[in-house]
Formats: sequence, C-alpha cells, structure tokens
Amino acid sequence: MGVGMVVVSHSAKIAEGTVELAAQMAGEVLIKAAGGTDDGGIGTDAGMIAEAIEAADSGDGVLILVDLGSAVLSTSMAIEELIDESIRGRVRIAEAPVVEGAVIGAVQASTGATLDEVERAAVEAATMAKVKD
Amino acid sequence: MFSSAQATAWVDASATVIEANAGPLTKLDQAIGDGDHGSNMARGFGAVRERVGGLEDPDLGAVFKGVSVALVSKVGGASGPLYGSFYLGLAKSFGDASEVDDEELAKALPAGLDGIIARGKGQLEDKTMIDALSPALDALEAAVGEGKELGEALDAAEAAAAEGVKATIPLIARKGRASYLGERSRDHQDPGATSAHLIIKALADTVNGR
Repeated sequence: MGVGMVVVSHSAKIAEGTVELAAQMAGEVLIKAAGGTDDGGIGTDAGMIAEAIEAADSGDGVLILVDLGSAVLSTSMAIEELIDESIRGRVRIAEAPVVEGAVIGAVQASTGATLDEVERAAVEAATMAKVKD
Repeated sequence: MFSSAQATAWVDASATVIEANAGPLTKLDQAIGDGDHGSNMARGFGAVRERVGGLEDPDLGAVFKGVSVALVSKVGGASGPLYGSFYLGLAKSFGDASEVDDEELAKALPAGLDGIIARGKGQLEDKTMIDALSPALDALEAAVGEGKELGEALDAAEAAAAEGVKATIPLIARKGRASYLGERSRDHQDPGATSAHLIIKALADTVNGR
C-alpha cells in the first residue's frame, strides 16, 4: 500500500487544503489531515493526530508534516504515548515545510518509495528554488 | 498520605481555579503569546472534570492518566502536550496505587516535571511553567526531607512557585510563541508559569482542607 502521510496544522483548513493539494498529484497515497481542535478552533489535538497516524499506516510507515509550536509537541506526544506501540518505529516527523513537503513527499510516496526516500524528498522541499532560475 | 480521593479533589480544585482565572491568564498571554492560554486551559480542564468525574473508583494512575488524555486532546495549544506530559509522569510514577505516602508524592511530582522537560526541551529561566514548578518541587522535597507535614510542605512549595512566577517577569523568553518576541518578552509575567502556580496552589489547598 506504500508510505502514508499525515498533515498536522493549527488550522483544520490548512491541513485539509494541503491534503487536497497533495492528493491532486498523488491520489493513491493514503494521506490524512489532523488540523485544528475538535470544536473547530485553532489548535492541535494529540488524540486526533494519533487517530490520523493509525489511519494512514498500512505497514510501510507514516511521514508527518507539522506547522509550528504545539503541532510539534502534540505530534510527539501522539507518537510516543498514544499510538499503537507496534507502529511507533515507522512513524516520523519531517523537518520540512508543510505544503511543499506534503506535495513532494506524496508524489515520492506514489512511486512506491520507502519511508526514508519519502522523508528525504519532503526535507529537500525546504530548499527547492521557487523564484530563482 | 495522598489518596486517589485527594487526587480527584485536587484535579477538581485545579479546574475551578483555572476556570476562575481564564481571563487573567489569557490577558498575560495576549501580551507575549497568542492570547489563548486561559481559554485553552479552561476548555482542557472542563474536559478533565468530565473525564475524571466519570471514572469509577480510580487508582492514582487512572486519575492522572485521565487528566493527561483529556488535556492533550482538548487544550489545543502547547500547554496541552506539556501539561499532558506532566500528568502522565504522575500517572506512571503512581501506577495502580490508591494511596501513597508523602515521600512518594514528593517523588511523583518531579517525574511529572521531567515529562514536561522531555516534551518541550525547556530549562529553568526559559520563561515557562518550569520556572514555577522547579523551585516548587525543590521546596517540597526539602520540606518533606526535613520531616514536615505534607500540608506544610505543600505550602512551602506553593510559596516557591509564586516566587518563581514573579521571577519570570524580567526574563527573555526562550521557548514558545513568546520567544519570537525576543527582548519584547521582557517585563511580562509568563502565563504558563502562572497556571502552573495555580495548579500547585490547588494541591496545597486540597491537602490542607481549604
């Protein structure tokens, strides 16, 4: 089934929009949004993130894109304390920008790449030139 | 001695004092953060009250696990996973005991603080909740070591936490949203240290029957 992905943001709209954008390029990749609080506010929810990680995992691992601050803390809490222990070893937070990392990571995942390869692609998205030649 | 009934009462007293101070906490956070600490904590502790209130005859581990799970899902901000790690540290330290002696309580609280430090990678004088908790737990350990009654020892811890809160005012924040402000975070009291003091005060009040 391949590497899955989760997008964590303080905003549900950012998380869902990023998933939508990534899915447009790599529709077959299992990619889940975990943004905002469960009452529709701005924030992150470690329980929601844990559920998304478990839903995105099909055995080949999950790469997580996070925005800032509590997104990192809530995600590390979800990984270390809330998800099933058996999948903990194949879940990583990418040191990558949310939108670019999600799109490029998803494209890489859609080729059947490994978790290491998907992570590398997402991380490299941080230095991808946009304006320069 | 510290029992699960006292633990539940502490949690309830914490919820009450956090809800009562939601406005002031948010005001502190508006000055140097994203202005939601009071409302976030009040929402979190509202969920805590519901979850822990629904537990039937819980042991100490179950009480604090319940607090942790509610906070990490409901707070929304960084205080969620940070306080969630604090209470999870307590839960792990107490395990399935329903009653512990004073020394064990004085040991469990530092396990909670270690949880916060491991999660947030913060240290003293970063202008965070650690600046209230760390001196409070040092004072508690010292007082219990001197053979003071738990109530008296917790009053010493509360006083040290209050001092720790005041000591955050001149600090430049090195963690969280406030750290984005650099120098401009100086001369403001840290909201996280303030809520941590309220939680320690709720514990002292509960054990002293106030």
